[in-house]
Amino acid sequence: MIGTQDMTIDLGPVWLTLRLAGVAVTLLLVVGTPLAWWLAHTRTRLKPLIEAVTALPLVLPPTVLGFYLLVLFAPGAPLGAAWLGLTGETLTFSFSGLVLASMLYSLPFVVQPLQAAFEAVGRGPLEAAAVLGARPLDAFFTVASPLAARGYLTAAVLGFAHTLGEFGVVLMVGGNIPGRTRVVSIAIYEQVETLNFAAAHVLAGGLLAFSFAVLVLVYSLNRRFPVHAA
Amino acid sequence: MTSLRSFLVMLCIAAAQLPASQARAAEVVAATAANFAAAMARIEPGFEQASGHQLTIVLGSSGKFLQQIQQGAPFDVLLSADAERPELLARSGLGVPASRFTYAIGRLVLWSPQPGAFSDGEAYLKAGAFRHLAIANPVVAPYGAAAQRALEQFGLWAGLQDRIVRAEDIGQVYAMAGSGAAEAAFVAYSSVLAGGKPGSQWRVPQNLYPPLKQDAILITRAQNNPAAKALLDYLKTPAAREVIAALGYDLPAP
Amino acid sequence: MRLEVALALRRTGFTLELEEALELAGITAVMGASGSGKSTLLRALAGLETPDRARIALDGTVLADSAAGVILPPHRRGIGYVFQDARLFTHRRVLGNLRFAQSRARPANGAPAPALDEVIAALDLAPLLDRHTDGLSGGERQRVAIARALLANPRLLLLDEPLSALDLKRKAELLPYIRALPARFRIPLIYVSHAVEEVAQLADAVLILAHGRVTARGEVHAVLESPAAEAVSGHFEAGALLRVQVLRHITDFALTEFDLAGQRLTLPHIDAAAGTPVRLRVRARDVAIALHDVPDTSIRNQLEARVLTIDAEPAGAYAEVLLELAGAPTQRLRARITRESVDRLHLQPGQPVCALIKAVSFDRREPGDERG
Repeated sequence: MIGTQDMTIDLGPVWLTLRLAGVAVTLLLVVGTPLAWWLAHTRTRLKPLIEAVTALPLVLPPTVLGFYLLVLFAPGAPLGAAWLGLTGETLTFSFSGLVLASMLYSLPFVVQPLQAAFEAVGRGPLEAAAVLGARPLDAFFTVASPLAARGYLTAAVLGFAHTLGEFGVVLMVGGNIPGRTRVVSIAIYEQVETLNFAAAHVLAGGLLAFSFAVLVLVYSLNRRFPVHAA
Repeated sequence: MTSLRSFLVMLCIAAAQLPASQARAAEVVAATAANFAAAMARIEPGFEQASGHQLTIVLGSSGKFLQQIQQGAPFDVLLSADAERPELLARSGLGVPASRFTYAIGRLVLWSPQPGAFSDGEAYLKAGAFRHLAIANPVVAPYGAAAQRALEQFGLWAGLQDRIVRAEDIGQVYAMAGSGAAEAAFVAYSSVLAGGKPGSQWRVPQNLYPPLKQDAILITRAQNNPAAKALLDYLKTPAAREVIAALGYDLPAP
Repeated sequence: MRLEVALALRRTGFTLELEEALELAGITAVMGASGSGKSTLLRALAGLETPDRARIALDGTVLADSAAGVILPPHRRGIGYVFQDARLFTHRRVLGNLRFAQSRARPANGAPAPALDEVIAALDLAPLLDRHTDGLSGGERQRVAIARALLANPRLLLLDEPLSALDLKRKAELLPYIRALPARFRIPLIYVSHAVEEVAQLADAVLILAHGRVTARGEVHAVLESPAAEAVSGHFEAGALLRVQVLRHITDFALTEFDLAGQRLTLPHIDAAAGTPVRLRVRARDVAIALHDVPDTSIRNQLEARVLTIDAEPAGAYAEVLLELAGAPTQRLRARITRESVDRLHLQPGQPVCALIKAVSFDRREPGDERG
């Protein structure tokens, strides 16, 4: 089992990883927006505390975070039990669990750029929209979020990239089940561990090339809609 | 990424060690398979007292140690979780072939933290009343390969594919089951003893999987290090063997 | 339009407290030094600040009544607001900014929103419609901001020092647009400024704030002549307004002659028909006093007047002399001269004198827009 240069490459983990990163980032943008908005505008003294909590995934080692999430997601724990009762599927070792874990793990990468963008937009344009008759939600969608477009782009790219490369958490929470929770970083790890470097290079190279292409695309788009889009 | 990080840590450790080891040449850095951590911790004081040498234990996975030794990592001795990697080192000249020996034989158990979950593991596995069964990744870890072999013998391997969760090493397997995320797991008996949570245990019959021989080898770069040789010798003494047996390993005939 | 406002608002180091009922017509200026609370008052009216205590009603419609727990949010007040920094939406072009407001216009008191074309014409925006907002000059921005505010169809338009960021030339360009708004769009304006010149040229009525309280209010001439106005502008800027009429143009010298209750004033040419009422602002420091008219001087404009009062600065060098113009007892001038001159000329109340006017600034108004 060691040193066998097996060149058949299973692309399943690649698609699974892209799906995971796509779903996790989409949901994170949805969930992260109100959180970032609140952080950008709140005057509460608790703000530093909440900011610290959202930044925690940055400092916790992935396997440690993974272990805590495993405990939290286990069918015996309240969250895990509620999920099981609701969906009939365990949160551990499932795609949903991976999505949730990735969201927690990539949270700061999405929330921080959004918060910075909202802070840069400031209250000025929102006040201007309000006195023109725009309701708060209206003003958010038609003024604040277009003005924060760059922040959304950064948040999406960082969140996506970070989820793509994640290893420790998804291994713990996902359990490396082929076709369900085996993501590309684990697949690469397995190939490296079994000294199957050729396959590892192909997967890693593909991941790198794909991420690079996405980043180039995003940054060139970014240049095209800077301060004034529409 | 993780392996790079631990490699860097290793470098730091090595850097801290270097002047000392040059000065006294009586220190041994032992790259130790994670499953042997508890045993090694108990062996360390006895060894240091008996030999007068100083022992530094570096824990990790055998696969990573192999890569690191290939890259010139400053280990004197490898206590592997398997027999294959020391053999590979011996063949490639990175290890001293004559020094290789089996210091412990792992014992595979099916374990659940839930007391009374099963007494007959085979029946439990065949009944399949669990959502997830955790094993070490067979591709990477010997205990995982052993678990796979056992499941294959039962004819359950293929059918359980989407219920088997694979961890990186035997410690993670223990954590997956210990947290309740997986109902049962194939773990090392030594992990169960060290974890202090008996739960339900079923010893997998030895004929169902190839013996989990854990071999040690002297790394070529340390062949003139008296402390390294002393450690390998000490592992064969009755005092060390007593500790190893007490912590859940079988032993080769002396 | 009747605006009732009672406010109490405390911020660190600052309290705004007032209770006023204002009849809004044309342009009402709110003046005050910086930190006097004028912008805060405007923001509170628009709902952008939440006062500790407030009752605000516009023609009987309650916008805020903290006692009753009613605080309408800004988007439901029907009050337009032009910010000092314009606050155009940078992600939309000029037309996009206008459309934003147009699509959210509310039916204010049944009055239909002004047509896009009409607003564009009134503020000369046609050449700018396709421009990005960050390429606009300061004056252009404010014109767009005003147009945008109008298109939302407010009942009342608040302007918060819209000219303060502009240079003199741009200010002069923008003033006529603002002056024309109340008549053209049948909307009252509240205009915040700390510049007496601007207020004199624009406003019909003035409210003066100092340290968060109203210190004077009323018709523009009366208030600008009051000590409260001086507190805002300082002695240097204090002065008076004169109401005159265009008499004729002296084309050879590019001059225009004005009538002031039978007396004559000659000033650089302005483009207005004979009979047009015009307001002139004369600063106290630009008025000198002689006992008789002085023929051999370059100062062309000399008005017969009578001393009303003399206010000498107790320890300073100057005195301020209030003059009443001959034939027009309601028209007054202020002269800032040295105390030594008062002594030397033996000036006393009731004494006839000649006011020598060194400089004036214009405040021409549309005939129909003239409000006492």
